[in-house]
Formats: sequence, structure tokens, C-alpha cells
Amino acid sequence: MPAVAETLNTVETLTQSTYKWGFESDIEMDMAPKGLNEDIVRLISARKEEPEWLLEWRLKAFAAWSGMKSPDWSKVGGHPPIDYQDVHYYAAPVKKPGPKSLDEVDPALLAVYEKLGIPLKERAILAGVEPDPDERPQIAVDAVFDSVSVATTFRSTLAKVGVIFCPISEAVREHPDLVRQYLGSVVGPSDNFYAALNSAVFTDGSFVFIPKGVKCPMELSTYFRINARNTGQFERTLIIAEDRASVSYLEGCTAPMRDENQLHAAVVELVAMADASIKYSTVQNWYPGDANGVGGIYNFVTKRGACRGARSKISWTQVETGSAITWKYPSCVLQGEGSVGEFYSVAVTNNRQQADTGTKMIHIGRNTRSTIVAKTISAGRSDSTYRGLVRVLPKASGARNHTQCDSLLIGDQCGAHTVPYIENRNMSAKVEHEATTSKISEDQLFYCRSRGLSEEDAVGLIVNGFCKDVLKELPMEFAVEAQKLLQVSLEGSVG
Amino acid sequence: MSDPFLAIRGLCASIDDNGTPKPILQGLDLEIPAGEVHAIMGPNGSGKSTLSYVLAGRADYAVTAGSVSFKGQDLLAMEPDERAAAGMFLAFQAPVELPGVNNANFLRTAVNAVRRARGEAELDAMQFLKAARGQAKALSMPEDLLKRNVNVGFSGGEKKRNEVLQMAMLAPSFAILDETDSGLDIDALRIVAEGVQALRSPTFSALVITHHQRLLDYLVPDRVHVMARGRILRSGGPELAHQLEAQGYAGFLAEAA
Ligand SMILES: Nc1ncnc2c1ncn2[C@@H]1O[C@H](COP(=O)(O)OP(=O)(O)OP(=O)(O)O)[C@@H](O)[C@H]1O
Ligand SMILES: [Mg+2]
Repeated sequence: MPAVAETLNTVETLTQSTYKWGFESDIEMDMAPKGLNEDIVRLISARKEEPEWLLEWRLKAFAAWSGMKSPDWSKVGGHPPIDYQDVHYYAAPVKKPGPKSLDEVDPALLAVYEKLGIPLKERAILAGVEPDPDERPQIAVDAVFDSVSVATTFRSTLAKVGVIFCPISEAVREHPDLVRQYLGSVVGPSDNFYAALNSAVFTDGSFVFIPKGVKCPMELSTYFRINARNTGQFERTLIIAEDRASVSYLEGCTAPMRDENQLHAAVVELVAMADASIKYSTVQNWYPGDANGVGGIYNFVTKRGACRGARSKISWTQVETGSAITWKYPSCVLQGEGSVGEFYSVAVTNNRQQADTGTKMIHIGRNTRSTIVAKTISAGRSDSTYRGLVRVLPKASGARNHTQCDSLLIGDQCGAHTVPYIENRNMSAKVEHEATTSKISEDQLFYCRSRGLSEEDAVGLIVNGFCKDVLKELPMEFAVEAQKLLQVSLEGSVG
Repeated sequence: MSDPFLAIRGLCASIDDNGTPKPILQGLDLEIPAGEVHAIMGPNGSGKSTLSYVLAGRADYAVTAGSVSFKGQDLLAMEPDERAAAGMFLAFQAPVELPGVNNANFLRTAVNAVRRARGEAELDAMQFLKAARGQAKALSMPEDLLKRNVNVGFSGGEKKRNEVLQMAMLAPSFAILDETDSGLDIDALRIVAEGVQALRSPTFSALVITHHQRLLDYLVPDRVHVMARGRILRSGGPELAHQLEAQGYAGFLAEAA
């Protein structure tokens, strides 16, 4: 196949030069072929020097994907349909030229950076501003230097206790048996449209392995915040906690991220063995687009955790304020006897954003328990839907679920919807669902303002109060940032 | 005569009642000099709370005529938080619940917001807690009320005491107490009255809205005003309150009609 060979060649040259310089300099590099077919999948796998089994696995996923139908997002909010053949599936290092200076960046976005207290230099990086050619190497080196050195320090601390924390492509090379054993064991390669797509083409992501009895000595977070800019389009994350192991992992960044890749389809798989616990927290603030939703990110994520061992525990906490469209349902498969699944979520939508989020709790083992606390806040002309499934299988005697869904509306042009699905096939199981919808009341706002609070502070206080049950689940330092973020996201939404 | 501390002239305000404006304040005149405590009494629905809301800056009341000057400023042109910074405080007849908002945190945010606006140094967590605990103790408030969510699940009397706590912490120069005495037990009434009494100074004034003589026994007002149908019908000294207690409003209303 000469076409493939040629492409391969081009890509090789491109990535090499990119790697060598740490930055790309020429517009002609933006030449990797668009579209997705079997050849591209082979190319990605070859480029990553992957073992045969992984290529097979990708090809199977691709075949499945080819036979699936894309959800039709054009129905919501007038977003144009996504052309999956118009995407570069292996061009990650090559970015379209960004704005030349901060002057060209959406002023609203800059205002947000300022409010969040992000230093000037970082604002430019986050907004994707093209650095001045003369300063380019300087900035690139800085960025690389920072993350590499921090990552190295972390790694040695982690290595001492046997924790593996590395890019997934490195794990494929260094720990092939572990990867082969667990990859796709929670989210199969043909699980759904976006998961299949991800399985066929993923290139970035992380791998975490906590061996038996080890409590991970640090939150696996800071590393990611530094690297947040490199968030890939098709990330694949795999976290495994062996018996009695525990880890807290934090994904995301409070700063709004501009990204050339409009489509994001990540997959996160968690595996918890007996008495293990995994806490996965996400604070996501991807660019929602301008007030009309133009240019915003589409975020379609498949996140699922398997509580395989007895008394294992998986807890998802998420604060979502960004994206034009968000579609995600972090889920728990509660297999081990007495295992516990938790889902705490705050989703904020403003302007024309659309969010469809929720969770799935699948009770398989006896005495499994799950807790769902979902808070949605809608402002502007946005629309937010909570969609939750609690499924209790026949063997899950003594299973318990408690679901609490609360919606807060700001203004009268937005919407919030709660769609609970409950499938209980065990008589001894108890499933409870409570839902409330409220409006931020004039009384509350006036009360706060009469005490000297500005309108924005008043809204922030009330909204943070509304979300408290979720925010308290976040790691401390992030909770503070998340509070600030909620306030900033809703600015100008009242009055 | 120098600028009066608070001067309300010909104030008319209405509320939107399903699309049609419903006039409630109908040409109200009232002056309160610095350092004085005035009481307003009047039948239910006469517009007392409306007056307090309009003075505090609630947006759903439309002021259709009249003016209010407060310490030489045009009060009606100010935002509610600017009024608070300028020294205005309203103890609500029905304090509002803020679910999930920690009471101490709320109070500290408020105190520091007004201090900032007044050009005073903000209180750090320790300074604040010390002051708040001291005030709470003086008001015989259980300390756990500071840790709970603002007014959520507070008893009627606890809510009123919480209003007085906020007043003490925000150090206003003018406080409106809208039936703060309603729902208080006998001891609490005395404590709250003492709380207001403690603030009395040549630079502090108050407007006390009440239905009961008892509060006024503790807090002897400089002037008493009778309000009905959105207007002040009669003003007098403390004896006016006694007269009302004995005779009710009927006589005044007939006289005015
Ligand atoms: N949102 C509203 N819509 C219609 N009417 C209203 C509204 N708010 C207040 N009113 C009316 O305005 C009038 C004055 O009410 P206000 O609460 O000021 O009375 P008040 O003197 O404080 O009475 P009370 O002694 O019972 O506290 C009442 O007749 C009340 O029903
Ligand atoms: Mg009243």
C-alpha cells in the first residue's frame, strides 16, 4: 500500500522533527491525512511500535465503530453534525496556528483568566497563542522542562513503593502484560460509538498501577495540571488498584482550555480489587464557545470503574463547567460483594451549552451499595440533563442505592431535566431517588446583597452552598479552585 | 438646620401584582435625626415591611415618587450592597434561609465586604471568630448556630437573634428592625433590646417596627409613628405607643379618613 507508506513517512518526519525541537515551526507540517480507515489505524499502531495484539485489538474496534451510528447532536442547540472523516487521527503534535497574540483571543476568555488569577504567561499558553518566533524555543523549553522535572521527582517517590504512573504508550512497551490483561476489560472496544472510536485511534493517556497493599503516597494530580494543555483528543486512561491498594487521581484544570480539537472522546477505565479504593476527581472547564456556542469543545467521554473485589470502592467526583456539548456517564460495575460505588457531580451550563451527564450503577454482587449526588445548575439559555441508571441484578441481594438530584435554575430561559432509570430485579434491594428543582430566589439574593455582598458574590455563595455536598468530596486545594470557578462561570447570569 | 441623617419625602412605591402596579407606599414622610431611635407601629398590611425593603434597596418594588436622603446621599440611587456599606442594615421580618451556606462563613464574607467598602482592614479568620463568638455569647446564642447553614432549621427566635448578631458584626449607623421582637421569648426580647441599646450612640439611629409595647419598654424610642395605608398618620413621643396599646388603631384610622 504505497499511500500508507507515504503517509507513514510523512508522519515519521513530522513527529521526529517535532520531537527534536519540542515545537513545530512550519505550516506545511499540518499535512497528516484526514479521515479514518484501516490504514490509519495500522499507521498509528506502527508509529507507536505496538505489539501485534494491540493492533488486532484496534482493528476490531475500528470494525465495530464502522458499523455504528453516531448520536445525532445536531438536534441539540443547533450544533452542526460532526464529520468524523474531517478529523486528523494522527496529527496530535501538529496544531493549527492559534491566535498571534492575546489581542486576538476572545476577550471574555481573557477576563475569566484574570478572574481566576492566572499569570499572564500562562494565559497565553492556555489560550493557544502562537509564541513570538524569537521567543519560541525559550517558551517550549520552559514548558517541557517544568513538566519533565516535576514528573521525574514524582516518579522516583512513586517507584519506591512500586506505583507505576506513566503515559499509556510507555506502559504498552514497559508493562505489556498488565496492559494486555486490563485494557478494554472495563470498557470493551465496541462498547459504544465513542469508546470504539477511541479504542481504534487512542494515542495519549495515562496508566496507573497500585500494587497490593499500597496506599499511593500522593494525589496523582499536579502532574496533570501542568500537562493539562496536552490533553489529547482521544485519551485512554487505565487505573488499576490491587487488593487493599488505594489512590486518588485528579484530572483536569480549572482554567478554561482552548483547544483546536473540537471533538474529544476519552475513555477511562478503573479496576479495583478486594478492599481497594479509587477516587477519581475531575474538574473540567473546556472552552464552551462564545456566547453563541461557536468554537466550543464537544466532550464525549466513557468512564467506567469495575469494583471487582469484595469491599472495593470507586468514587467519581466531577465538576463540569465547560464544553459546548458534554456527554458523559461515569459508571460503576459493582461486582465484588459489599463493594461501593459513588458519584458526586456538579454540572454548570450557561449561555448555549448542552450537558447530558449522569451515571450508571450496576449492582451485581450481594450487599453492594451506591450513592449518587448530582447537582445541576443552568443559566442563560442552556440546557442540562441528568440521566442516571441504577440496575440491580437478581443476585445482588441487600443492594442499596440512594440518589439525590438537585437542579438550580438561574433565569427563566434555561432548562434542567432529570431522567432516572431504575431496574431492580432483586426483591431485597432498596433503591431511593429524590429530586428537587429550585430557582435561585430573589429573596436569597436580596438577603445577601443587603449584607454587603455584590451580586456576583451573592450568586457564588448561593451556588456553592447548593453544591456543597459535592464540593466537599474534592481534594482540598481543588475544592477551593472549584468554588471560584463556579462563581466565574456564572458571572453575568443574573440581573 | 443641617442635613438630616435620614429624610424620606413623599415616598410612593408599588409592587407588580400580576401585571398591574399595586401602590403600597403612598406619600410617606419621615425624618430620623442622627442618634435617635424611632418606632413605627401600624396595622398588618399597612406597608411597614415594604418601607423597610424599599430603604434597603429591594428591586421588585418600584419607587414612583419621592426621595430618600441618607447621610447626604441619594439612597434610592444606590445598590443594596452600597447601602450596606454606607451603614444601612435591615433585620428582616422573615430572615431568609441559605442552604449549604455556612453561617460563620456568610457572616465573615459580609463583614469583610462592608469593611473593604468602608476602607477598613478585613478581619482574618481568627479575628473574625473571636468577635463573632463574643457577640454570639452576648446574645446567648448557642455557638453551633455559627457552624450551621444560614437560618436553615433555625427556630423563629434563633433566626431573629441571628439577625441581631449580623447587625452587631456589621456595625451599621442605621438599623431597621422589622418585628425583630416577634417570636422571641421574654428573655430573648430583653437580650435583643439590650443588643440594640448597646449600639445607641450619637452616630447610630434605628427604626424599630413593632406591634408590641414590650420592646419599647426596654428600648425607649425618641419618637413613635403610626403608619396606615402607606403613610405616616400621626407621630408623637413614647406615650403614643401606650395610647395605641390601650385603644388600638380604629380611632386613628377613623380620624384620618
Ligand atoms: N408581591 C406582592 N404582591 C401583591 N401584594 C403585595 C406584595 N408584597 C406586598 N404586598 C402587599 O402590600 C401590603 C403591605 O405589605 P407589608 O408587608 O409592607 O405590610 P406590613 O405593614 O409589614 O404588615 P405586617 O404587620 O403584617 O408585617 C400588603 O397588603 C401586602 O399584601
Ligand atoms: Mg411586615
